[in-house]
Amino acid sequence: MDWSALSVSLRLAAFTCLMLIPIAIWLGRSLAYARFRGKGLCEALVALPLVLPPTVLGFYLLLSFGRDAPIGSFWAEMTGSGLNFTFNGILIASLIANLPFAVQPIQRAFEHVPHNLREAAWCSGLSPWQTLLRIELPLVWPGIMSAAALTFAHTLGEFGVILMVGGAIDGETRTLAIAIYDRVQAFDEQGAAQMSALLLLVSFITLGLVYGLAGRRRWARG
Amino acid sequence: MGWPGAGGGHVADSSMTALASGLSVAVNQTGPIPLAAEFVCQPGELLALVGPSGSGKTTLLRTIAGLYRPQHGQVICAGDVWFDAEGERSLSPQHRRVGMVFQDYALFPHLTALENIQVPLRHLSQPQRREQAEQWLAKVRLEGLGKRYPNALSGGQRQRVALARALAREPQVLLLDEPFSAVDQVTRRRLQRELALLRQQIKIPIVLVTHDLEEATALADQICVLHNGVSLQQDSPEALFSRPASPLVARLLDRHNLFEGVVVEVEGQRRLQWGECSLEVAEGLANLPLGEAVAWYLPPSDIVLHRRDRPSQGERENPLAATVSEVVVLGGITSVSLRVGHGDMLRFDIATHAARRNQLTSGAVVNVSLLAAGIHLLPGHRVRADAHDKRK
Repeated sequence: MDWSALSVSLRLAAFTCLMLIPIAIWLGRSLAYARFRGKGLCEALVALPLVLPPTVLGFYLLLSFGRDAPIGSFWAEMTGSGLNFTFNGILIASLIANLPFAVQPIQRAFEHVPHNLREAAWCSGLSPWQTLLRIELPLVWPGIMSAAALTFAHTLGEFGVILMVGGAIDGETRTLAIAIYDRVQAFDEQGAAQMSALLLLVSFITLGLVYGLAGRRRWARG
Repeated sequence: MGWPGAGGGHVADSSMTALASGLSVAVNQTGPIPLAAEFVCQPGELLALVGPSGSGKTTLLRTIAGLYRPQHGQVICAGDVWFDAEGERSLSPQHRRVGMVFQDYALFPHLTALENIQVPLRHLSQPQRREQAEQWLAKVRLEGLGKRYPNALSGGQRQRVALARALAREPQVLLLDEPFSAVDQVTRRRLQRELALLRQQIKIPIVLVTHDLEEATALADQICVLHNGVSLQQDSPEALFSRPASPLVARLLDRHNLFEGVVVEVEGQRRLQWGECSLEVAEGLANLPLGEAVAWYLPPSDIVLHRRDRPSQGERENPLAATVSEVVVLGGITSVSLRVGHGDMLRFDIATHAARRNQLTSGAVVNVSLLAAGIHLLPGHRVRADAHDKRK
């Protein structure tokens, strides 16, 4: 059992969720409410990682993370280190690869909040912030939970993008999914089987917990 | 519970002070929703905005609430300028104290009835908030249902929660957007009764949007008729139904008996020539030039059917013979259409038993009087030209 790989996977999944969910709430809400030219284009950009082969996405990220590319050089200037083959690198890659999994459920949830509920909140004296916290977020909570579950589980299972950007550096970028592949390559079928079972279990428990929590809403129409 | 700033107990000794404590709205814009509307509503008064769908009723309500900003205009409530396009002043909905009951009530589905009512009471401490919300719940007669979520309430109960939530804000104006449209007939009657009772307790302007004329007539002190965003006339229901400002208003109010006549002189007296009859008119005829074609309207209550067995009052006033063309029995009321010699149709309602006693059947010839005081002239209007306007 490769415990450092499990730790990298869990850390990556947790950080991706924590950083991506606030972004997805803002982005999903904007896309749900706003009507502007080029909205379709924005939605297509968000959904792109869904249909792109992970190797293609990984390849472009690898290029743009290089020290002579704008993103890579900016990062190097800010932090003094590169992005390729680092944990920070695979975290940013994971944020981008998971964008559709986080944004789409939240956007759908916001689209289902009746417009006049916000107006009713304003007329009741709630500020836009209070409206978001007390009215909108409770109503889109199931969407946020499924976004988090999908993001978490998908990050645990992500393979292609991580391998392209991160390689398989022990304790830094080798996730459980990559470790399993390494085990199989090294004809260690027992090790691969153990880790696969663990990944299966963790994914199942995560999704089960989240869907179980999201389902407990007394006010929802039964 | 007081109604600060709403002018309760304030004696309006002139129209200006009355205006200062009431609500006055003037809105003007060419697009995207064309509007040219003006109306006022005094404290304690209920103003109904009526008109067909798309006439801008809801937009005007949203303008008062601050949810819509027209290009030009003013909204003044209780002496405060809420909106002034020229002065570039527009208070946010949070800063206008409005109680708004939305068409589908817009209750927060994740909050119980009691929690819904507590939302506008957030400035109070939790125990006070709860106590006040309970009081409001009792006022709309929903004691014991506070713990229910909106989806476990009936349509009528939801409407009451919405009303309690609107009033809990202690608003300076109460806005009701078709509040009775989503409930069944029986519930509607009960809720309308309750609103009429509630009105006696609150001394703020109430603006009701409805397309139901009967509802507006039953509940409102003032009715403002809207068409394509334009306010055509504001008046009391009685005045509106007896003296509509134009043929269009009459038609929007579902009034019939709209005709056209010519000003003539018969034996030195001004008369209104209508087909073969020259009608006596109580008011307005003297100022019109001879030969002028003028539209006129007659409220159905001013058509008096002569009884066959004995003469009745007013028989000498504008008597004429007509043929019964249609008799429609609608329960206790019968709607009668009469064809006059030159083809125009007079329509009025009488009690069904009276229709039977007078043997009103299709084809029968009857005598009626058109009361001179009821004839309402609409100078400057032609019936047909306005009909064309309506089709546009």
